Amino acid sequence: MSIDLKTVKHISKLSRISLDDEKAKKLETDLNSIFKWIEQLNELETENIEPLSSIVETKLRLRKDEIKSKNIREEILKNSPDENKDFFVVPKVVE
Amino acid sequence: MSNIIDLTLSELVSNIKNKKISSNEATSAYVERSKKSKNLNAYNEEAFDIALKKANDFDSKPDFNKKLPGIPIAVKDLFCTRNIKTTASSKILNNFIPTYESTVTQNLWNEGSILLGKLNCDEFAMGSSNETSYFGNVISPIDKDLVPGGSSGGSASALAAKLTPATIGTDTGGSIRQPASFTGTVGLKPTYGSCSRYGIVAFASSLDQAGPMTRNVKDSALLLEVMSSFDNKDSTSVDFKRPMYSKDLSKDIKGKKIGIPKEYRVEGMSEEIEKLWEDGKKYLKDCGAEIIDISLPHTKFALPTYYIVAPAEASSNLARYDGVKYGFRTVGDNLIDMYEKTRSAGFGDEVKRRIMIGTYVLSSGYYDAYYLKAQKVRRLIKNDFSNTFQKVDAILTPSTPSSAFKIGEKSNDPVSMYLNDIFTVPVNLAGLPGISIPAGLDKKGYPLGLQIIGKSFDEQNILNIAYSMEDKINFKFNLKEWWMNE
Repeated sequence: MSIDLKTVKHISKLSRISLDDEKAKKLETDLNSIFKWIEQLNELETENIEPLSSIVETKLRLRKDEIKSKNIREEILKNSPDENKDFFVVPKVVE
Repeated sequence: MSNIIDLTLSELVSNIKNKKISSNEATSAYVERSKKSKNLNAYNEEAFDIALKKANDFDSKPDFNKKLPGIPIAVKDLFCTRNIKTTASSKILNNFIPTYESTVTQNLWNEGSILLGKLNCDEFAMGSSNETSYFGNVISPIDKDLVPGGSSGGSASALAAKLTPATIGTDTGGSIRQPASFTGTVGLKPTYGSCSRYGIVAFASSLDQAGPMTRNVKDSALLLEVMSSFDNKDSTSVDFKRPMYSKDLSKDIKGKKIGIPKEYRVEGMSEEIEKLWEDGKKYLKDCGAEIIDISLPHTKFALPTYYIVAPAEASSNLARYDGVKYGFRTVGDNLIDMYEKTRSAGFGDEVKRRIMIGTYVLSSGYYDAYYLKAQKVRRLIKNDFSNTFQKVDAILTPSTPSSAFKIGEKSNDPVSMYLNDIFTVPVNLAGLPGISIPAGLDKKGYPLGLQIIGKSFDEQNILNIAYSMEDKINFKFNLKEWWMNE
């Protein structure tokens, strides 16, 4: 199965990464060579195999819902790319 | 006395404990040398002034009961360090200052260690040559044209060039063991769940593990002992009684059964690697171990499985970089446009490639064919190891299919780059511990490594085997300091 340019552009949309035509063409080549190599997995019969999603197959622990960190609102906001003391700023979302 | 920078971590610790060397003297020696070694491009962020101040603080009120008393150490720039810039070598995080500390680095500071700086790596730890870093290639001290390996390339380079007495890296598919092998150093990937992942910039959460990179096996045991801890902040951290790895280190491996997997004799493997492996078997026999031929039948499927699982997890983990709360942002016409432009400008080509692979294999219509398939094959690979470990105590393999390659040699062919991790990736998929130790030189005089793979949480055993072999191998590399500026 091959991945065409239209699919590459669709995946880039899903990935929220804009691509110009040149990059999309390069990725089309790369992805096709990578997936051609990945296809060898189809040699294996896996019908009755249980998928493995985590090596640590224990139950997740429960803990009390407690606040342990201090109020570091200002420190956190300092990392915000658009300077504002009180909020994270984004382009207008609601018309 | 020999030069401070020539001492191993364990030797430096004893010298500080015996008051023969102060923390200030040790820290100054490494700061000086690091300042003269900028040609290697090993550091992303230097914390030299703070380090010297902390060394003085230590000397004025020393606590010699700590395991790493006043020891300066540089770490991979993938560990979040409070108030010190942490970038994962990505443009998208190039101004990020964490408000918290990773558990593993906190464990180092709790034992008296001092941060020297943050070391370059592949962007988001995605790479095998350190060529994907936003801050440029790291150069190997072995030779100026060589990659140091990746993704913990800055760590390997700094360690081999003696810019730090030891360091820590992370390993998702070989990122500690492969650069260790390329630079003649010791790299250990612990069992999944041994070292907390809290505060480590996430790549592939079911595979990522932090581990020590050191000049010898004894240092590896000491550093692992400090790094490993049960942590409530990591839901996959495993609560078990951690041994005193350095104290229990022993060269008695008599009667241990060591497996040699036939599937690791890959097509096109060089005679040098064959010989290295044979020598390894001989050393083990000399130590009284028993060599047993084994089979891990699904080995050849490990890499393609990894290149579905790791990108799938990465595409989810990296969804958080949207330019809203921290990191780099590009202006856009609207919210979606801002996301797309920010991520397009903020990520490098390899990271984009992997996000795209991951998004594709998780997307509607392809999930079963790729992601679910890979998870099933992952089970088969894990079962190969569990079956084998009924018969043997550990497995011996080469660490990499070749010695270090040249900068630019593989950067245009992703698949050939990925093939570099053929011997290390299966270990991550099965969550097992693995250690790479320097074992010889190839014809060009570049280091080669051997890998010992152990059962889950059996780090002590592989450390002991490595410790015994280290003695027999007696690895020597004559480091020429060609990169130093006066």
